[in-house]
Amino acid sequence: MYMKYKSLLVIWGSFFLGPQSLAQVDEVNIYSERKEELIRPLLDKFTTETGIKVNLVTGEGDALIKRLEIEGKDSPADLLLATDVARLYRAKSLELLQPVQSDILVNAIPANFRDGEGYWYGLSLRSRVIVYAKARVRPEQLSTYEAMTKPEWKGKVCVRSSSNPYNQSLVASMIARMGVEATEAWASGLVQNFARTPKGGDRDQIKAVAVGECDIALVNTYYLGGMSHSEVVDEKQAAEKVALFWPNQSDRGAHFNISGAGLTRAAKHQDAAVKLLEFLAGDEAQAWYAEMNFEFPVKSGIAVGETLQQWGNYIADDINLDQLGQYNAEAVRLMDRAGWK
Amino acid sequence: MTTALELKNISVAFDRLRIIDAITFALREGDIGCLLGPSGCGKTTLLRTIAGFESPFEGEVWIRGVRVSDNKHLVPVEQRQVGMVFQDYALFPHMTVKQNIAFGLQDFKGHLREVRIRELVELLEIGEFLNKYPHRLSGGQQQRVALARAIASKPRILLLDEPFASMDITLREQLAKEVRNILKQDGITAVLVSHNQFEAFAMADIVGVINEGRLLQWDTAFNLYHRPATSYVADFVGEGVFLSGSVTGDREVHTELGVITGAMPLGIEQGTTVEVLIRPDDIIHDDQSELTARVTDKAFRGAEFLYTLALGSGTRVLSLVPSHHNHPVNEDIGIRLEIDHLVVFPARG
Amino acid sequence: MSAAVEMLFSATPARTNMARHLYASVLIIVSLVLALPLFAVISSFLIPAPDIWQHLLDTVLKEYILNSLILMLGVASLTLVLGIIPAWLVTMCNFPLSRTLEWALLLPLAIPAYIIAYTYTGILDASGPVQLFIRELTGWQYGEYWFPEVRSIGGAITMLSFVLYPYIYLISRAAFIEQSICALEVARTLGCGPYKTFFRVALPLARPAIIVGLSLVLMETLADYGTVQYFGIATFTTGIFRTWFGLGSSAAAAQLSALLMLFIVVLIYLEYWSRKQQRYHHTSSRYSTLTQKKLRGKYAYFALVLCCLPVLLGFLIPVFFLIKWALLTYPRVINQHFLNMMWNSIMLATCAAVIATVLALFMAYGKRRMSSPLIRIAVNLSGMGYAIPGTVIAVGVMLPFAWLDKLIDGFFRAHFDYSTGLLLSGTLVAVMFAYMARFLAVSLKTVDAGLAKIKPSMDEAGRSIGLNASALIRKVHMPMMRGSLLTAVLLVFVDVLKELPATLILRPFNFNTLAIRAYELANEERLADAACPSLAIVLVAIIPVIYLSRSISMSRPGHDYRP
Repeated sequence: MYMKYKSLLVIWGSFFLGPQSLAQVDEVNIYSERKEELIRPLLDKFTTETGIKVNLVTGEGDALIKRLEIEGKDSPADLLLATDVARLYRAKSLELLQPVQSDILVNAIPANFRDGEGYWYGLSLRSRVIVYAKARVRPEQLSTYEAMTKPEWKGKVCVRSSSNPYNQSLVASMIARMGVEATEAWASGLVQNFARTPKGGDRDQIKAVAVGECDIALVNTYYLGGMSHSEVVDEKQAAEKVALFWPNQSDRGAHFNISGAGLTRAAKHQDAAVKLLEFLAGDEAQAWYAEMNFEFPVKSGIAVGETLQQWGNYIADDINLDQLGQYNAEAVRLMDRAGWK
Repeated sequence: MTTALELKNISVAFDRLRIIDAITFALREGDIGCLLGPSGCGKTTLLRTIAGFESPFEGEVWIRGVRVSDNKHLVPVEQRQVGMVFQDYALFPHMTVKQNIAFGLQDFKGHLREVRIRELVELLEIGEFLNKYPHRLSGGQQQRVALARAIASKPRILLLDEPFASMDITLREQLAKEVRNILKQDGITAVLVSHNQFEAFAMADIVGVINEGRLLQWDTAFNLYHRPATSYVADFVGEGVFLSGSVTGDREVHTELGVITGAMPLGIEQGTTVEVLIRPDDIIHDDQSELTARVTDKAFRGAEFLYTLALGSGTRVLSLVPSHHNHPVNEDIGIRLEIDHLVVFPARG
Repeated sequence: MSAAVEMLFSATPARTNMARHLYASVLIIVSLVLALPLFAVISSFLIPAPDIWQHLLDTVLKEYILNSLILMLGVASLTLVLGIIPAWLVTMCNFPLSRTLEWALLLPLAIPAYIIAYTYTGILDASGPVQLFIRELTGWQYGEYWFPEVRSIGGAITMLSFVLYPYIYLISRAAFIEQSICALEVARTLGCGPYKTFFRVALPLARPAIIVGLSLVLMETLADYGTVQYFGIATFTTGIFRTWFGLGSSAAAAQLSALLMLFIVVLIYLEYWSRKQQRYHHTSSRYSTLTQKKLRGKYAYFALVLCCLPVLLGFLIPVFFLIKWALLTYPRVINQHFLNMMWNSIMLATCAAVIATVLALFMAYGKRRMSSPLIRIAVNLSGMGYAIPGTVIAVGVMLPFAWLDKLIDGFFRAHFDYSTGLLLSGTLVAVMFAYMARFLAVSLKTVDAGLAKIKPSMDEAGRSIGLNASALIRKVHMPMMRGSLLTAVLLVFVDVLKELPATLILRPFNFNTLAIRAYELANEERLADAACPSLAIVLVAIIPVIYLSRSISMSRPGHDYRP
């Protein structure tokens, strides 16, 4: 009688198909902040090569972290993929991640693009750079992020909202380098030079420069790449009217953020998950990031496509990325105070 | 007295279906007219045509010497100065009684408005619920408010669409008289639509019987009853049956009940087969009479019985008999004819 | 259960007291369960976040509130104009295309707000086709001419109004149709022209219904995140996410959400008050058929333009550009995966619509027979989720589900030595629950309104001729309620089809919907790629929207009949 009861309940339970309730086939479950379109093809490749199935949920980074947090030790997720180091830092500090020791990962990824203890690894690089209108600005006029506050740029700077994580991490890096006070003064200066209230995404800033609404803008590199290969004619035309400038090349270097991943504390498919991490840091995957989304590979010596080559060589800020996470909240408050909408 | 309302040859159609067919009549200032007819006869459409909600495709409507409708021009409803009381009163539920009444008084200046409202309150005895909302009033109260609202701005003509239809039957005649008194007191010309002849007779000075879109007779209640213009009017107004007979003289008709003689020449050739209208009050119960009929049905009406009697040929007639003459069904009783108004129509078919 | 059904119609309460209590208890429990996400949000006040509050107060809170108020005020005014005027014109007048516009005016309901925002930005911003055309035509440079900025608070008001006005249109049209035409005619005999009649009689009579619609619109406005975020407007909603994601304090974010609920309580009260007024707003049970006035000449053109404008701006133009972009990308985007997403979307929306309507029926009937304040409060609570941003609701759903899962897991470990893990979290059950918490308000309002039309005397009449409860439901209630139930199903269907944040965060692995795909691509600023899934949403949603519109036309009293 008792047994009958039990089997009934188990059958009932299996209707809900929690992924862990079935037999342990080889699989990896991912919570990903990277959009499906920008990760799925790579995961499919992994499945073809290894036979390991990859299950994916995408969403807002912090919402996924919240889900991990609430689900706790029962969470089905094995990997957390984020598009910004602050999210990884936050997951780590909430004790949602566990360290991974892998020689392949350590060898492939430079030390400043991974967590010292192995809690997370950077997988691709995304730089925040200056774009300028070729027709109105000579590259010689540009030098650093700091110089964007000069009076000559009054009413000529476009940048998106301070709610955007890439702006937050840029400001966090400046706090780490220059301290709160100097950074706040910079942010206020930048706000003074705004051509318009921040609005739209990075592509919108590029379009605004192209059309003459402003002369320079802060954007992530891959948006520019995406636009120059766009099927929409006016996006393509806009991309042709602007050029990329690497700031701070004579001092600390341009600001870089990462997209990266970490193994969750609740992971139930650890081996498969680490295998996937290693695959994502491998040559094939690294080239794919560059090819498909114009991100820079985190691994050195990867041949990149024409667009990325055109953008030329750069010096990257080698700040400890942990600090971007540490200063993220401070950066937001600072921008609030500076009136950066 | 001048003419307040005049309809000249009005025809109205919906989707090519003629609802109103060439109706003509006039109403004098201060008179109350009633359009009487069965439901679906077009009387409400005619009323709405007078109000200006419907446009005639033929004919003209004149109000106080101004042409307000013809097939080309239509003076908008709001400029006609007609008041209208709808069957369901259509009080504005979001306004108090006072606001409802004042709604039609927009052209009255503040002081005059108050004066007019006070007049209406007195006339219609609605003072006690002036500040209530319509949903708290009884049907009769709502009706008085609707009337007050409609006559507040002293319309040139008041139109009432079956105003007593949702009233208790026993109240109708009494209310109709009350309303009549109020209208007469205020000197208002009105047109009423009704399917109930008692209501019509109680309220109106002049009544038009309408059937299938045609105005059959426009006359006083007395004449409709005693001198109906068509057999339809005769049938629709009051009770009665048609007895067939043949014309035997200038004023004489021979029927099963004997020879009936009228006061006026009939103007019908001798020998013609005709139908004679026999009202219940035309047949008197008389035990002495040789003429008998068998009681087939009877209805008690307080002071009187309404007997249905079968004549020898099987034809049935009605007779109104004082109620102390209580005869059982199937008894033969003596009757005789006593006709003041001989009404004769050529035989149908 | 059948005892409970019987109870709803029984005239002898004593015999059915048990059933009544059972029904009431179940109703209150269901309401409270559906309100769990809200309690989860409110409970956030237990976690202190004082320094963040100080910071918010010092810097941005004032702006959040101010912008949210401006947004609400703007959207309210614009949707009222865009909704009521066409509703009046197509109900009362006859002009070219008026029969087509009758249903076409609902079409923008099929477009998610964030998609229309992205689309219009693509069309109207400085590098978009419109300004490009102006520059080519005139030879001006950018900045030498004035052009309205889409990504502004005015733009957000406009975008939200384009997709939300159909709620007002829908409800005010139904109200105009139901109005006793006599009241309008009486006003005219009392010397009011058409305009005065509209403003002094028709509009005040429809006001309670319109306020119900307005409260739906304002709740949607408050819950919107996609549009305001893209336009860079700091509202309460963007503030919540900024506090959560940027400042890293989910506690303070939840506290902000709880504050947001204050706005909603005001809205709910407003609606409650207005419904109370409505009860007295039908003194007339006799309907005279609407005779539509035929408009001629310039009036006809004027009406045509007025009614075409919302359809053109809210539907045709954005859809035209979506099609244009979709043509560029469809060979790449449409594949088996895309069809799966479409199926998922339809399946989710259908299930949610049916469940929400059944739940609403259950609650509305309970409220009808047992109008205790406790039940009213419980039911109101369960409808509050409508105005809460989806992501916040989603977190509120996760918390109780995780708790329940742990409870079940513990039970199974103890008794069967078997770990169930997370049984419900991360399944479609959780997603469905979130939809109920968020959209029950929509179906409940619709069903409530339908049920209000069935007078208690009709129940009594039915019982007196010997119908039992189920026959009464079958023969009297269902035929009378069919329209409202259909409306409820269709509205929730369309809402769920467009829903994004809760689905995004709560869904199981490898489960995609059209809305998710459209959002992800649009968020990556790949408008052309986002066009196909967006169009698919519009296409799927358009079928119920047209059906809805038809059924309303048919509900006109005296339809197909002239006196």
